[in-house]
Amino acid sequence: MNAITPIRTPAEQALIGAFGALRDTGPAGAALEGLRIDGFSRFEASGLPHRRVEEWKYTDLRAMMREAKPLAGAPDASALLAAKVAVGRLPRVGGSRIVMVDGFHAPDLADGGSLPEGVTVSGLAEAMARRPDVAALLAGQPATRGNTAFALNNAFLTDGLLIEVAPGTEVGHALDLVSITSDGAPRLVTARVVVVVGAGASAGIVETHVGPAGVDYQKNVVMQVVVRDGATFEHGRRQIEGDQALHLSTLEATVGAEAHFDSLTLTTGAAVSRSQLFVRFAGEHSDVTLRGVTMLKGRQHADTALVTDHAVPNCQSRETFKHILDGEAHGVFQGKIIVQPIAQKTDGRMMSQTIMLAEGPSMDNKPELEIFADDVACAHGCTCGELDADLMFYLKARGIPHKEAEALLVEAFAREAIEDFGGGPLAVVEELREAMLASVTEWMRART
Amino acid sequence: MSLLEIKNLTAKLAEEDKQILNGLNLTVEKGQVAAIMGPNGSGKSTLSYVLAGREDYEVTGGEALLDGENILELDPDERAAKGLFLAFQYPIEIPGVGQMTFLKAAINAQRRKNGLDEIATPEFIKLVNGRAKELGISQDMLRRSVNVGFSGGEKKRNEILQMALLQPKLAILDETDSGLDIDALKIVADGVNAMRSPDRGFVVITHYQRLLDYIKPDVVHVLSAGRIIKTGGPELALELEAKGYADIVGKAA
Amino acid sequence: MPAVQETVEQVRAIDVDQYKYGFSTEIEMELAPKGLSEDIVRYISARKNEPAWMLEWRLDAYRRWLTMREPEWARVDYPQIDFQDMYYYAAPKSNAAPQSLDEIDPAILETYKKLGIPLREQEILAGVAPEKRIAVDAVFDSVSVVTTFKEELRKSGVIFCSISEALQEHPELVRQYIGSVVPTTDNFYATLNAAVFSDGSFVYIPPDVRCPMELSTYFRINEQKTGQFERTLIIADKGSYVSYLEGCTAPMRDENQLHAAVVELIAHDDAEIKYSTVQNWFPGDAEGKGGIYNFVTKRGDCRGARSKISWTQVETGSAITWKYPSCILRGDDSQGEFYSIAVSNGAQQVDSGTKMIHLGKNTRSRIISKGISAGRSQNTYRGLVSAHRRATNAKNFTNCDSLLIGNACGAHTVPYIESKTASAVFEHEATTSKVSEDQMFYCMQRGLTQEEAIALIVNGFVKDVLQQLPMEFMVEAQKLIAISLEGSVG
Repeated sequence: MNAITPIRTPAEQALIGAFGALRDTGPAGAALEGLRIDGFSRFEASGLPHRRVEEWKYTDLRAMMREAKPLAGAPDASALLAAKVAVGRLPRVGGSRIVMVDGFHAPDLADGGSLPEGVTVSGLAEAMARRPDVAALLAGQPATRGNTAFALNNAFLTDGLLIEVAPGTEVGHALDLVSITSDGAPRLVTARVVVVVGAGASAGIVETHVGPAGVDYQKNVVMQVVVRDGATFEHGRRQIEGDQALHLSTLEATVGAEAHFDSLTLTTGAAVSRSQLFVRFAGEHSDVTLRGVTMLKGRQHADTALVTDHAVPNCQSRETFKHILDGEAHGVFQGKIIVQPIAQKTDGRMMSQTIMLAEGPSMDNKPELEIFADDVACAHGCTCGELDADLMFYLKARGIPHKEAEALLVEAFAREAIEDFGGGPLAVVEELREAMLASVTEWMRART
Repeated sequence: MSLLEIKNLTAKLAEEDKQILNGLNLTVEKGQVAAIMGPNGSGKSTLSYVLAGREDYEVTGGEALLDGENILELDPDERAAKGLFLAFQYPIEIPGVGQMTFLKAAINAQRRKNGLDEIATPEFIKLVNGRAKELGISQDMLRRSVNVGFSGGEKKRNEILQMALLQPKLAILDETDSGLDIDALKIVADGVNAMRSPDRGFVVITHYQRLLDYIKPDVVHVLSAGRIIKTGGPELALELEAKGYADIVGKAA
Repeated sequence: MPAVQETVEQVRAIDVDQYKYGFSTEIEMELAPKGLSEDIVRYISARKNEPAWMLEWRLDAYRRWLTMREPEWARVDYPQIDFQDMYYYAAPKSNAAPQSLDEIDPAILETYKKLGIPLREQEILAGVAPEKRIAVDAVFDSVSVVTTFKEELRKSGVIFCSISEALQEHPELVRQYIGSVVPTTDNFYATLNAAVFSDGSFVYIPPDVRCPMELSTYFRINEQKTGQFERTLIIADKGSYVSYLEGCTAPMRDENQLHAAVVELIAHDDAEIKYSTVQNWFPGDAEGKGGIYNFVTKRGDCRGARSKISWTQVETGSAITWKYPSCILRGDDSQGEFYSIAVSNGAQQVDSGTKMIHLGKNTRSRIISKGISAGRSQNTYRGLVSAHRRATNAKNFTNCDSLLIGNACGAHTVPYIESKTASAVFEHEATTSKVSEDQMFYCMQRGLTQEEAIALIVNGFVKDVLQQLPMEFMVEAQKLIAISLEGSVG
């Protein structure tokens, strides 16, 4: 192969420059330097992904990320104050609230009382320098490592959070993790959270990603979760970023034996967003459920790209994703279930469903099965269309106005993905479900 | 020589350690209808599956002789060829495979093993239609895929149809009465009774005495914890019905 | 379904690894010099006495091909093909435009007879009832050796001949349609085909004519180190109907041979084309040595309103299959169908599926795909369903099921479902499972052997697709499937 010198886009050039500047200033978190260099070299080799990169076929980041914003630094006092006001307006979902501003931990903005017993929160750079086991948590699975958003997160990583739940701990209320981008000139925010749920423990985290409207900030977040043997982890996520934002998120989960992992994402924010989920079964007799509701309007673009890797036998995975599209929005769902040769008795089911509320939206689906073991039961399904005309007629015939009928049907559609979320020991789950359903209702009401 | 002689049979699920059959002894003579009764979990279905050769079960000891020959090492189709028939408690659905295709394939497999030519289509259709009519199996059911879309009763009647067509030496009826209403039960019982003959034996596995009102057993065995713990005449079934299993099982233990 | 019994007989009669059609025919051949160049393209064109525009068309394709790269996205793995190490033209020497069957080399007639393809019309007439007649175009390596029932078809206005002949007799029709569905720029193999295609079939059905019999082409690769590049062009004019069958076999050789065909279908208003394939090229031996690389571009254009194109394929052969028979649903209210059975065993690799491109209003498509993988094979369904903005009320239903036999094979599903129209309704479902142990036990309890039980269950699994085949092919296909799966259990 001839070495082809790639033509760098302005955004790529800016990112390369930003890395150089970061290196020269010798930032905090020297322990993370190896990770930064590795991430950068991977990015430098691949550049921003474009439509000819199969995994990014429908989200051409090279075209969508025209420029790269300057890296966000640690927030100053006034930014923290503004953030505090903004965060205060967000109703708390869960127990203790942990706040990150522009990707940096802001302990002064914590709320909801002290952390539950058995839960510790540490700075990532500090933990990395102190403990040899942290590097492995950050390294990423092979599929994650090859991903450009993950590489970029590594390249610009200066700190992050390590949240640990001690083995056997039952945390009754989920942690409420708010990740806010401060107002002002647009920045590129890099945030990293690592969660370890100890053996036999049960815990939950609700992430909320929020930022100012009218500002085209960029945010690249990574959450890496290790669910140890016999543990239960419930994960909720609300992506309600500002309307001009570019949001990239990566959720990586490694699930041990006899463990449960349940995740639900609600996406309504950002101009362009991509939610990546990489789940790998590392122990037998575990189950994973991934769910999502994405509601887009105007010219919003949102991509959900997930890979569920059955690397061991006897596990079950369920994926249910719903898209509700209005205006000229573009929804994308790419899901892949991999069953490795040894993963006999795998039970995997994936479903993607879309409702279009206007003539303008488009939806691209790519639900994949990649199966190398024979004693499996795997399936995927996909539907796409308008609201059922017969149902609409029936509701209207009972005197329900058009808009209201639409809302009723859309809420019912979304509820299928939301209603049986959790089911574990967390008291907060009910609260989160209600909050998400309320968001669906609110979104429908706000349609013009 | 007895038709079926089971000697000290022990068996378990292949993937588990717990023994389900624990030294079971049972003899069935030609022309005999032997009822096997027992509480849930006593090993009734295991016995039928082990005799038919289902892979999930592992024989850990003992033997089962059909006409004096140990069949436990044979594949299921070889046992079938030797005249063993199992009417399943839960007959299997096979989408896409037509009933007639399936029946013909089974009949021809048997004929080939007996050195006979394959059955001619008109003869086959006449044969099936005749038996089907007796069992109240409609033409529509014969046109469908094997057991697909059949009600519980239809599936059981279909099992009896297959038995009537294959004319086995030994028929094992595994809880054939479960899920049947009284009319369906009568039809099934009539089908079985019509096949009673001096050369053929039946093992009728059931939880309830009710079926035995219609298929009169010559002998009743009580199975508990994987062994036959009591043997008697038809009156034993009535006694069980009156007193419940606990009484007899308790005494034997 | 007495065929099940026959299937089972076949399975029993044949030893593992024995490909029924694996014999080769000793016959004197005329070969163009090995390798590919402009001169070879000119040679092929000259041998066929083609008009100048055809040569230009070929050369244009050849020059473009030189700039193209082999596609790499399919889930298939094979050593680099040396395009200079093969022959692009091979024709039986004696085949200088035979006027009747008597002038054809008896060795060729014998070959087709052995394959069960009757070429003598009187034999066909003697054998079966008149309504069961099938007109055959027999293609032997690079050239068409004979086309039967031509005269009778001509009476109803149907043109059925080799494409070489069509270029002589009906150049205006060929020129109008060739490359209009699969352009010379389409893809690496299609472009190569445009440059070097040697023969193939041509069909034209005039308006409002229902073709009086099934048409069929039988492809046979015989010569060593030859690529077979045939091109088929079928035009169904307004209100017409045709059903077309395609069969393929090749000798067993331990080298890989390339087959890169192009098929173009055009259906005008209210016309219907039904295209069925039973592909049984030599799959290679159990170790994966030899076999055909089947890299084929097939596409139908539902150009007219209310037109319909239906693809049915039974793919059991070839070392590698790379094939996506597609429909462009351009006309309003047009319909596309794709019914597929793809069986892979041994070391075979299949990457096959379809594209349904909805452009017109109220267009409908239906995809039923059944993949069966056994041995160490890899079997991938890859498909695209898309609706453009204009394609209001488009509908698609897709069902793709995979069955795994044994734990060393793979089954993969890669569908792309793209909608730009709210009123388009797309439904897609896919499942992967193994042959149920319960079903196996039930069949064996009734006396069927393991192989009989597998054959029966697999035939049930593929039934929805088999029913789409013309009667004569259905039985053949059932046998093929069972033979292909032979040795997959135990």
